Amino acid sequence: MAEKLIGTDIAPPDLIAKITGRAKYSEDFRADNMAFAKILASPMPHARVRRVDASRALALPGVLGILRAEDVPQRDGPREAVLTDEPHYEGEPILAIAAETEQIAAAAIELIDIDFEPLPFVIDPLESLRPGGPNAYSGGNLFSDDAWSEIKWTAEDFAEIDAGRMPNAEAVVEWSKGDVSAAFAASDLILDEVIVHQSLSHHPMEPRSNMAYWENGKLFAHVSTQSAQRTKYAMAGMLDMDPEDIVLVAEYCGGGFGSKISGSTIMALPAFFSRKINRPIMHRVTRAEENYIGRARPGFQSWLKMGFLSSGKCNAIDLYLVEEAGAYGSGDNGTAGMVADLTYTPQNMRFRAVSIYTNTPPKAAQRGPGGAQIISMMEPILDKAGRELGIDRLEMRMINAPDADVSFGPRDSQLTSVHAKEALRMGAEMFDWAGKQSLSGQRVGSKVSGIGIGLSPYTAGSRGFDGLMLISPEDGKLHVHQGIGNLGTHSIADTARPAAEILGLNWDQVEIVWGNSSRGMPRSSVQAGSQTTHAHTRANHAAAMDARRKIQEVAARTLGGAANAYRMDNGVVTGPGGRMTFAQIAARAIELGGEYDGHTLPDDIHETTVPAATGLAGKGLMGVAKDNYGGEGGIYSWVAGFAHVELDVETGVVEIKEYVGITDCGTVIHPRSLGAQVLGGSIQGMGMAMTQRWVFDPQYGVPFAKRLYTARPPGILDVPPNMSWGAVGIADPQSPVGAKGIGEPPVGAGAAALTTAVADAMGGKCLCRTPLTPDIILAELEGRTRAHGRLDMHVG
Amino acid sequence: MGDMDSVELLETKFSRRTFIKGVIAVGATATATSQFLGRPGIAGAQTMAGSAARLITLRVNDQDRPVDVLPNETLAMTLRYRLNLTGTKLGCDRAECGACTVLVDGVNQYSCSMLTHQVRGRAVTTIEGLQNPDTGELSTVQQAVLEEGGFQCAFCAPGFIMSMTAMIDDNPNPTREEAAHALSGNLCRCCDYDKILTCAMRAAELARSV
Repeated sequence: MAEKLIGTDIAPPDLIAKITGRAKYSEDFRADNMAFAKILASPMPHARVRRVDASRALALPGVLGILRAEDVPQRDGPREAVLTDEPHYEGEPILAIAAETEQIAAAAIELIDIDFEPLPFVIDPLESLRPGGPNAYSGGNLFSDDAWSEIKWTAEDFAEIDAGRMPNAEAVVEWSKGDVSAAFAASDLILDEVIVHQSLSHHPMEPRSNMAYWENGKLFAHVSTQSAQRTKYAMAGMLDMDPEDIVLVAEYCGGGFGSKISGSTIMALPAFFSRKINRPIMHRVTRAEENYIGRARPGFQSWLKMGFLSSGKCNAIDLYLVEEAGAYGSGDNGTAGMVADLTYTPQNMRFRAVSIYTNTPPKAAQRGPGGAQIISMMEPILDKAGRELGIDRLEMRMINAPDADVSFGPRDSQLTSVHAKEALRMGAEMFDWAGKQSLSGQRVGSKVSGIGIGLSPYTAGSRGFDGLMLISPEDGKLHVHQGIGNLGTHSIADTARPAAEILGLNWDQVEIVWGNSSRGMPRSSVQAGSQTTHAHTRANHAAAMDARRKIQEVAARTLGGAANAYRMDNGVVTGPGGRMTFAQIAARAIELGGEYDGHTLPDDIHETTVPAATGLAGKGLMGVAKDNYGGEGGIYSWVAGFAHVELDVETGVVEIKEYVGITDCGTVIHPRSLGAQVLGGSIQGMGMAMTQRWVFDPQYGVPFAKRLYTARPPGILDVPPNMSWGAVGIADPQSPVGAKGIGEPPVGAGAAALTTAVADAMGGKCLCRTPLTPDIILAELEGRTRAHGRLDMHVG
Repeated sequence: MGDMDSVELLETKFSRRTFIKGVIAVGATATATSQFLGRPGIAGAQTMAGSAARLITLRVNDQDRPVDVLPNETLAMTLRYRLNLTGTKLGCDRAECGACTVLVDGVNQYSCSMLTHQVRGRAVTTIEGLQNPDTGELSTVQQAVLEEGGFQCAFCAPGFIMSMTAMIDDNPNPTREEAAHALSGNLCRCCDYDKILTCAMRAAELARSV
């Protein structure tokens, strides 16, 4: 069959809606008699509500009711509720007021008389680890086996830390492989570094506003979420209700980046409030509120020891990470350890980590969680080793990057495919790495050039989800039912392309059905971890193969001859007995019933696919199947990023002059969209490396950087007007389609290309801290004492 | 000073400072969390000083639109919640992101930071007004974005498209650098800037060929 759809640029079918203003995000929906909710947020990082007097607020004309913590489920331990009477960060929602208008609701919030008992708080995990240091929770700073405990390091540990050395302190996570001390003894060069990666907000363009109403016991929820089918089940869990009584509408999502994976906690607020006062509730989240409740990437305070042989091979890594878990926990450290082992293949590694609760806003996966941080932290150290050993920095990566036989992490994981070195080679050529060597350290006026490379892997797939599609007797088109969310990656359409190709259809003969759970959504992955492209090209491939077999059988049973003698092209089946259109096939499938029109379903599809498929039974020829293609090993994609920067040594400002990003993500489905992921993700990484951060007042535990202009995501003038990308394009052998995901890996590549390029511009000096703000760079250039301690978090 | 006086004062001399002063002058709760969605006849909207809505006629997308508007109401809220023109997005509500960009007399403006009363007698164009209502033909910029497959999550798209529309009017032959400057008031959190610039350049090219 001609490969006419895979690998071509096709605008996604929702693009017209997006560019004409017809695309409806959750705040764009209206319901009859809709009321508005506003929240009262905690003004303290840790407190207990002693008393609430809402009488004046409730007496305000137009106010409809109040929702308190007691109205929503509460769970023990560090488990987030929609509302709480014991807030664990400034900005945590305490209660909500509903009113006829949002103005009235806001005015009523101001009339609430509320008294808080301030409680001890901590915003820096290291402070919590000090002997006698404060805990984020009354019960402790560590939660495991459903119980609180305290972890404190000793005075000796802190003496080591204060001396700039890795402490031999108690860890919560620990693994090792090989013989680490013997390997260090054999190393020709050992680098010992203290590195800080600060926390930063997700700040998607669309705040997590949501709207909900109830009709005849059914919940209609308009939600801003990355996923769709899985978000319905998350919502059902939060409300403790039958998922089939929820109509989840999530047609568009204005960005999530990990902060809205299965929706968000606050998405249940309109549902609870609407149920209580029996009115549709719109809850618009402001940008300032989004900053608090909208999640952040956790920061790391770390000690890194890397050993190298004179050949440039990294032979040992000892890595200790302290992770800031925020109010509700975080687990980025695990992936960070895996990615370090995968990228530098030391064979001998010890990994230790603690993730400590703090009274800072909740942390969550942010695009490349753990991996992006560790790559931006470790790539400059690899460069430092290259300089000391006299080995070119590209060569250092070629020496250390894995091949197909890689085994990494504590369980010696394998990969389905890896072409990191091909990505490096392509990138070096496109960027002209060899030719640009002369730029390194070159000064023109006050500006010094630096060049850098970031090589970044991340998970890029999963297996075993379901595909569901229907050929309609009315239009003969293939209706691909997507349970995945429409989060902006175009995967909502692109993952259906293999199905169209299997069935010999042109793209205009395919309809994507998405965004409303009542239309039927199969069991899907969450739209996170770059799983979707891999997982759902496979699932749709499987369902299309099922549809193909059924089309052939229906044709044979109708026209005669052997089923496998029938061929399909352009919506027509042709074989020994003649020809039928897909519309005719679909009508005949309904007559035949059974499996052909979905009245009989495969035994192995997920239980949550069954209601969706059952709802579509009898409406056409159904393709429905679980992805049983199987496979072994982790699915990882890679991006190699190359950057040229100019550092103004008088101002500390860094200007990015050029960037090239090359990916190994298997077969390319949609080139233009892939390029947007590679470059967009890389630019997000650049923001992480250069400007974005939380800044807290340590005395009161409240943040200063709350909005876009203080947290500073990259703008269009922060990046070069021309950037380049490319793809290795080698199919992953374990997928029938060959595609791997791409969302995560570019972030670490973009970030590390800058941390290495800035270090290069500074003569190889690694600042070992992000973001690299001008004042931090200037202090270093001018030999001034830094305004903050080496391990301090949350500083400007 | 009556409400109308303060509004007219604002109309004669608009700046961000006068915008904020105007909001305060009419007695709204000028906190970060306050929004106004008062509907006429709703008890409560009247309880706050000066918050009575007035019926005015706006010129939006070449149509006269009579609408009740509070003195302190922003254009973004009027468009979204009274005229149901939800294509205009609110990303920050404070002139940081540009998602709410509309054209006022052909100039791109943040509608979150303009009072609706300020646009009386002026032509407002939103994303919904770009497509030809009779033929369905896309505008030059929309056509360019379609051809280049622009935007990812696209929450910023309406704002960028309005700024591109103003840009090709102002400078139909920009370099990529000039286009970046023209669009620098708009933020894309997907950071799809490279493709956005390609769309802008294609839009300018199409505009020149008309």
